[in-house]
Amino acid sequence: MSSQTQQTKAKKIKRADSDAEIAIDIIDMNKWFGDFHVLRDINLRVRKGERIVVAGPSGSGKSTLIRCINRLEEHQQGQIIVDGVELTSDLKRIDEVRREVGMVFQHFNLFPHLTIMENCTLAPMWVRGVPKAEAEETAMHYLERVKIPEQAQKYPGQLSGGQQQRVAIARSLCMNPQIMLFDEPTSALDPEMIKEVLDVMVSLAEDGMTMIVVTHEMGFARQVADKVVFMDQGQIIEVNEPEEFFSNPQHERTKEFLSQILH
Amino acid sequence: MAKNNTIYVREEIIAEKPAPNLSKGIVGWLRENLFSSVLNSILTVIGVAFLIWVVPILYGFLIGNAVWPGEGVTKADCQAPGAGACWAYIEDRMSFFIYGFFPQDAYWATQEGFFASIMAYWRVNAVFLVGILLIVPLMWPDLPYKGINAILFFAVYPVFVYFMLTGGVFGLEEVPTVKWGGLTVTLIIGLVGIVVSLPLGIILALGRQSKMPIIKSICIMFIEVWRAVPLISVLFMASVMLPLFMPVGMSVDKLLRALIGVSLFSSAYMAEVVRGGLQALPKGQFEAAASLGLNYWKSMFFIILPQALKHVIPGIVNSFIALFKDTSLVAIVGIFDLLKTVLVANLNLDWASKNQAITGYLFAAMVFWVFCYGMSRYSLMMERRLDTGHRDK
Repeated sequence: MSSQTQQTKAKKIKRADSDAEIAIDIIDMNKWFGDFHVLRDINLRVRKGERIVVAGPSGSGKSTLIRCINRLEEHQQGQIIVDGVELTSDLKRIDEVRREVGMVFQHFNLFPHLTIMENCTLAPMWVRGVPKAEAEETAMHYLERVKIPEQAQKYPGQLSGGQQQRVAIARSLCMNPQIMLFDEPTSALDPEMIKEVLDVMVSLAEDGMTMIVVTHEMGFARQVADKVVFMDQGQIIEVNEPEEFFSNPQHERTKEFLSQILH
Repeated sequence: MAKNNTIYVREEIIAEKPAPNLSKGIVGWLRENLFSSVLNSILTVIGVAFLIWVVPILYGFLIGNAVWPGEGVTKADCQAPGAGACWAYIEDRMSFFIYGFFPQDAYWATQEGFFASIMAYWRVNAVFLVGILLIVPLMWPDLPYKGINAILFFAVYPVFVYFMLTGGVFGLEEVPTVKWGGLTVTLIIGLVGIVVSLPLGIILALGRQSKMPIIKSICIMFIEVWRAVPLISVLFMASVMLPLFMPVGMSVDKLLRALIGVSLFSSAYMAEVVRGGLQALPKGQFEAAASLGLNYWKSMFFIILPQALKHVIPGIVNSFIALFKDTSLVAIVGIFDLLKTVLVANLNLDWASKNQAITGYLFAAMVFWVFCYGMSRYSLMMERRLDTGHRDK
């Protein structure tokens, strides 16, 4: 943990405009898994270009929260409005939102039966109707951006974890999304590979991508986040700017959490 | 860190070395594989003794003392004491085993020679030939034009087969299906069963996983009903019971009824095999596909089914093989498949001899074995080919 906090303490990225358009609006949202109240009265507004880091102990509902944003999980109460589209059970709207929201998973979830190139071109071709040549050009562009263009013809299983996660990021970017969701993108990686993935995410943030990142990488939060959202037991406990969040946490639970992870 | 506290530091990186060669020639191999322990040695001796006992007997029956076809070979040769398998009988009845009661071409039936014997059944043989010409390139992995090939095989070929065998058009003599028989019918039932049951099974498996309760329960009911009934009773129902419920004057061909019965029956099994593959896929694959905006059918077609089906190739081929062998059950409802023609030919007095029936059954078994073993090998090859590998950690 300490090595990552060191390496990412470089320059601080410019803040997003505080009066930019709203990208995601979550209003009084509740969700249950069966009888278990997993998300409780969530209110969160994310503006365009904003970078939000969601932190909290495991089981606090962080992943469930961002999975609600592209409807991998269904909420039962309240509203989630993504880019002006409210998520309901209407499949068309769900597809509309998913086209605009990219997601990177903890376990990469690349398609093992397709090459890296095919992983990246499938959705643009069959969801957006982009011609093959153009899709491949875009894919190459993003693979270069995540610094693995030479792996394009390989299969995911031939790549290291860090490389696979970078491909997963490129695959999402190929859909040209407005918003990127990251669900613990470095948690399944060997320590040596965490930096290469974080570097890609930092460069995305520098380009002004709207990002919501669930992570335990506090160095990343410090460097990149506009806001840190701290969750526990399905509730948002504290929302703060990173400097404040780390140096001057308000809530008891936040202090306890930080004392556990920042040894 | 002070240097004198260091316990160990590597100074040079060790170069890669070849793995040690553990094989010690034939003796080493024998010692390792056949005589590695007392128990293993005893088993080896017993095994060798068994082979010494059984191989000469089999060889004598199948080859050494067997009666091979030739000039002037008759049942007397097969009746001779000590005679083995009566292959001459098989050769003599070969066209019956392959074509059943299919009528011979009027002209070529009167001619002599091998070519004439092929042309006598040219309609069936044309079906075989076109079938091979379409199936082989379809299954050969690297050949191009798979799309056209598939359309020709799955859409055009059945029509061709139907008109070629049934006749009644283009000046072809009409041949009712009751006259079809032998290997022809076995292959037709097997192939139709395979071609119908896989797509139907996939749809049923997807339906069973559906979130829509009506579709889901229909699929579950279908699968469970067909799986709970023996194939023989399905065939009896199709051939005996069904006509009772039909309106007067309306009849559906007996072979067609059997085809439908076999296809639906095996599609229920196929559905369960495919479901196994679907369930084995990690949830992340479904989620990744969804998060990219792929809708249900696209994610099934591009992401889920290619992986799920690949995982269950052994199970699918297992079902195909079982289906192919089960086609012999149609003999019970009076359809002349390969086994039925053998059963009938075995009663023929022209070759009446001690080993006539045994030879007939051996022949039928060998034909089934060739087809089933072929399917098995092909599936193994495809498994290896489709393994994009180095993964599934």
